[in-house]
Amino acid sequence: MSTNPVVRDVFKTNGSAPVEYRRVYVWELPVRAYHWINAIALTLLCVTGYLIGHPLRISYSQEAYQQYWFGWTRFIHFAAAYVYVFNFGMRIYWGFVGNKYAVWKTFLPLTRKQQEEIVDVIKTDVLQVKMHGEISTGHNSLAAFIYFLTFLVFCFQTITGFALYSGMSDAWLPHLFRWVVPLMGGEFAVRFWHHLFLWFFVMFVIVHIYLSFYHDYIEGRGTVSSIIGGWKFDRVKGAGNQGAKEQGDKTV
Amino acid sequence: MGDSIWQSMQKKGYSRREFLEFCTAAAVAAGLGKAGAAQVASVFEKKEKPAVVWMHFQECTCCSESFIRASHPIVVDALLDVMSLNYTETLMAAAGFQAEKSLDDTIKNNKGKYIVLVEGAVPTKDGGVYCMVGGKTAEAILQTVAADAAAIIAWGSCASNGCVQAAKPNPTGATPIAKLVDKPVINVPGCPPIADVMMAVVTHLLVLGQTPELDDQGRPREFYGRRVHDTCYRRPNYDAGLFVESWDDENARKGYCLYKMGCRGPVTYNACSVVRWNEGTSYPIQSGHGCIGCSEAGFWDNGPFYQHLPSFPGFGVESTADTIGTAVGVATLAGVAAHAVVTNIRKRSVIAEVHAEDEKES
Ligand code: SF4
Ligand code: SF4
Repeated sequence: MSTNPVVRDVFKTNGSAPVEYRRVYVWELPVRAYHWINAIALTLLCVTGYLIGHPLRISYSQEAYQQYWFGWTRFIHFAAAYVYVFNFGMRIYWGFVGNKYAVWKTFLPLTRKQQEEIVDVIKTDVLQVKMHGEISTGHNSLAAFIYFLTFLVFCFQTITGFALYSGMSDAWLPHLFRWVVPLMGGEFAVRFWHHLFLWFFVMFVIVHIYLSFYHDYIEGRGTVSSIIGGWKFDRVKGAGNQGAKEQGDKTV
Repeated sequence: MGDSIWQSMQKKGYSRREFLEFCTAAAVAAGLGKAGAAQVASVFEKKEKPAVVWMHFQECTCCSESFIRASHPIVVDALLDVMSLNYTETLMAAAGFQAEKSLDDTIKNNKGKYIVLVEGAVPTKDGGVYCMVGGKTAEAILQTVAADAAAIIAWGSCASNGCVQAAKPNPTGATPIAKLVDKPVINVPGCPPIADVMMAVVTHLLVLGQTPELDDQGRPREFYGRRVHDTCYRRPNYDAGLFVESWDDENARKGYCLYKMGCRGPVTYNACSVVRWNEGTSYPIQSGHGCIGCSEAGFWDNGPFYQHLPSFPGFGVESTADTIGTAVGVATLAGVAAHAVVTNIRKRSVIAEVHAEDEKES
């Protein structure tokens, strides 16, 4: 909004006019910590989970007492699973006490505004008929809803995983899910479904990483770096428009 | 009051020594240990011998076959010979009306005291016509017998979980016993169950007069509390990641773990690797073949037996969740790549639009 003609010209030569952005602290530390702990745990879970289903031919030159790699693979899977479950539990808690970008309501398209945004994001991301719509500062409504579905898969994997684990553990937590085994028709079936959903995560990770890059590019306000530093940028527009309204919202 | 077990053994010509031998074996089988022999002997001397009926429905009699091969033949002898096995289609001398009458009499004269052993599933489709004995459907017979029974044991996978008859599409509506009667049922699954396990469960019931501790699926915890895998002697190879890769490879000769050959040990609750078969001679894994999970519900539908992940429904036998998953993963990558290409093609117009907006606002 600079009226200085010199500054304007300088920006024009770069193909850009000066506009103002406001820093918004979107992802609080617990949210960022959750994201990265979850990312590491999930990666470990997927890799070890795949290996448990498809053990590699490693070394057949040694005797059994000299190595334990499959045992370690399983150990890492179980340890990462505990980390992932408690981390997820923490995030659910933060969904009730965190800022407005972290609150549980953002994950469900309950309001008309959220539903409209879903259409908007589909137009921008999938159909690509829109250049860059008015996308909210936190999660966009479509992404948020997909995260919600992902949380359901988290729950499913937690339940089936613990149900499978209960057969080899005396801990109370896995035994809470023992009932799933007869319900799903035996451990073999539980194992099948648990293994199948591994591929959901593979798909999710591919799309998730790609879309964060895409949105970083299309929105131009720090989508990717926000999950490291927590800050995003909101465009400051004239009074009365969308941007100003967002500006009025309090951020923590 | 009828004869005690000791009295009827005497009548059949067993010696005191044989009786004590039987008591010792029974005590051990029931989990009392040798020291419990005296206790068992005193019970068997006094207690009226229980009436037992052994029903056969949809089955192949492999459970009976297994039962007579227990490691302690005297126990089986005594059970079959002495325990007034009042009714069992396979072994009894009576036939026709005479046989049916003996069943009726047993029920009438021993209300609430007799023990029912059921071998086989019960077909429920089309009015139960697929299994009828003496003009009555298996289900009707089961209900009559079960009504006044002191205890019910479901022998084998057929009676416990339906086994092969209940495999998809289950044309006869074969149903496990526990789903049909509203009494607790002791499930002793396996195709067949291990002889010594059967013997131990029956003896437990007879000696202690109470059901053994059961798990959430009605199976005696003592024998079905752990997976075949947990006590498998090849387990160290599993943990070390040493696997048989094909039936005739070096690893198979070395006795490595059969996990990659489809072994169901990790998902099968049974006592094979501890009790073993044929007087403790061997069990499938010891003989070089993976476990097929014969004591687990639905094991016929969890094929193929030589893959440890089932084939994905609707995609042919060879495709597992991983084949499908890999395809979906690759498709996702391709989609993302295509999207990136389109984005790059639109790059100029996106940037131009952004700049136009900036212009307008500044
Ligand atoms: S052979 Fe089967 S039961 Fe034995 S350790 Fe390997 S997977 Fe487990
Ligand atoms: S090893 Fe497995 S398939 Fe074989 S008898 Fe035992 S439970 Fe059944």
